[in-house]
Amino acid sequence: MRRYSAFAIAREAFRYHTGWDRAWRSPELKKRYDVVIVGAGGHGLATAFYLGKNFGITNVAIIEKGWLGGGNTGRNTTIIRSNYLQNSSAALYEKARSLYETMSQDLNYNVMFSPRGVIMLAQTQHEVRGYQRTAHANALQGVSTEFIGPERVKDLVPIINIDGPRYPVLGGLWQERGGTGRHDAVAWGYARACSDMGMDIIQKCEVTGVRQSGGVVTGVDTTKGPVDCDKLGLVVAGNSGDLANMAGFRLPMESVALQALVSEPIKPCMNVVVMANTVHGYMSQSDKGEMVIGGGTDGFNNYTQRGSFHHIEETVRALCETFPIVSRLKMLRQWGGIVDVTGDRSPVIGKTPLGNCFINAGWGTGGFKAIPGGGWATAELIAKGEPGPLCAEFGMDRFIAGRFIDESVAAGVAH
Amino acid sequence: MLTLKCPYCGVCAEETELHAEGEAHLKRFGPSSSDSDFEAYLFMRENPKGVHFERWRHSNGCGKFFYAARSTTTLEVFGTYPAQTYEPPKEIKDKIAARYPGWSWREFS
Repeated sequence: MRRYSAFAIAREAFRYHTGWDRAWRSPELKKRYDVVIVGAGGHGLATAFYLGKNFGITNVAIIEKGWLGGGNTGRNTTIIRSNYLQNSSAALYEKARSLYETMSQDLNYNVMFSPRGVIMLAQTQHEVRGYQRTAHANALQGVSTEFIGPERVKDLVPIINIDGPRYPVLGGLWQERGGTGRHDAVAWGYARACSDMGMDIIQKCEVTGVRQSGGVVTGVDTTKGPVDCDKLGLVVAGNSGDLANMAGFRLPMESVALQALVSEPIKPCMNVVVMANTVHGYMSQSDKGEMVIGGGTDGFNNYTQRGSFHHIEETVRALCETFPIVSRLKMLRQWGGIVDVTGDRSPVIGKTPLGNCFINAGWGTGGFKAIPGGGWATAELIAKGEPGPLCAEFGMDRFIAGRFIDESVAAGVAH
Repeated sequence: MLTLKCPYCGVCAEETELHAEGEAHLKRFGPSSSDSDFEAYLFMRENPKGVHFERWRHSNGCGKFFYAARSTTTLEVFGTYPAQTYEPPKEIKDKIAARYPGWSWREFS
């Protein structure tokens, strides 16, 4: 792999850019790998990358039914933050956030991480108390956040209406080192690094069955033929339930649609990410100038990657109230992704009933921000066969033990 | 927009008038059951890619719970039926089997 650098751009400029390599290879599926990872989204690719980087395991295939990064990795609103209440989630998301800071250098690929700051608005007294509690918890966890008053919010976000009639802004939880990243570049950067380590990324290859004998996985059947593996990683987000059905076990998750939309591009007007959980909407401005908007999930099980219109209406209504200037904006695109939501709204990284099959799933509405941390923890889990400290509490056994990581109550609604 | 007919009051209700309540036909387990049965009842879900039997509540209408059979891949609704039953009525099962050859009803959980 030739490194990307300013020098490389200058060199190629002198020869009509004929010397660029493909960012990743498109190899044929081999008969056997040490590790097969199903799902070439952010988490799957990050898992493969850290398997190679941290544990030297490079005989790895990453199998993807569509194109890499084409699922939720390419559909999210790119927000990165780690202001969670529970210790285990704060540790995992903070690990991810800190890895984002150096990701462009680590991968030699510009993921455009922009630590522009994230505000979660407090618009009820309950939220004020909740976020003050989170700020104190974050201080103990070593995550840098602070609770700020409405004047500071207005100062950071001049377009906001802090005196709304229904839900005036009473303050906010401010994480200065949160922000956004370029979601596709995260997948592409990991894919390029994985391919460079000799891993095979097999696109347009759907898993159709999980072969097993004596309670362990021996391989998977795919649309490109069978493949054997010593260890299997399932990292398929919304399709986790479907894959678990193939493997013969059930998960504590249900798949629902989550929608997002972007406006026409406008001049820079907001340089932080704002989340308004009470009225259910969040917004940031992309580098192209589009306002990137997200809301809540649909209530019912769905695999169609499209959601209900009334949720879009609720989100837009909330944002028009919070940011009056957006009421005249035209929306360019609207789309949906399928997210797998667990009973306690926290992810699952852990073992499955099949001995050598591991799962990373259940990120619900907040998977993108966790990509490097989730991949790091899943790689350790697959390499050692046992969860490391980062994901020890995220196993599926927490549902039988009643040890929930209850962020749905702790963090409000949006993730 | 998803529209379901409430089997009690007969109203064809849009989804804003309804509330989704998760998987139907769950086998309930109480305090004296084993941990894994209780876990399965509370948390483990079929989450099928295809035919899904689910509970809905006509929350902004008659307020009653009912069941629906729906495809999670096409959003096609095969029918709704009252909740006082352990399995869907025959005409709904026939309708699903006609759409998905080889499909047959089985006990869940």
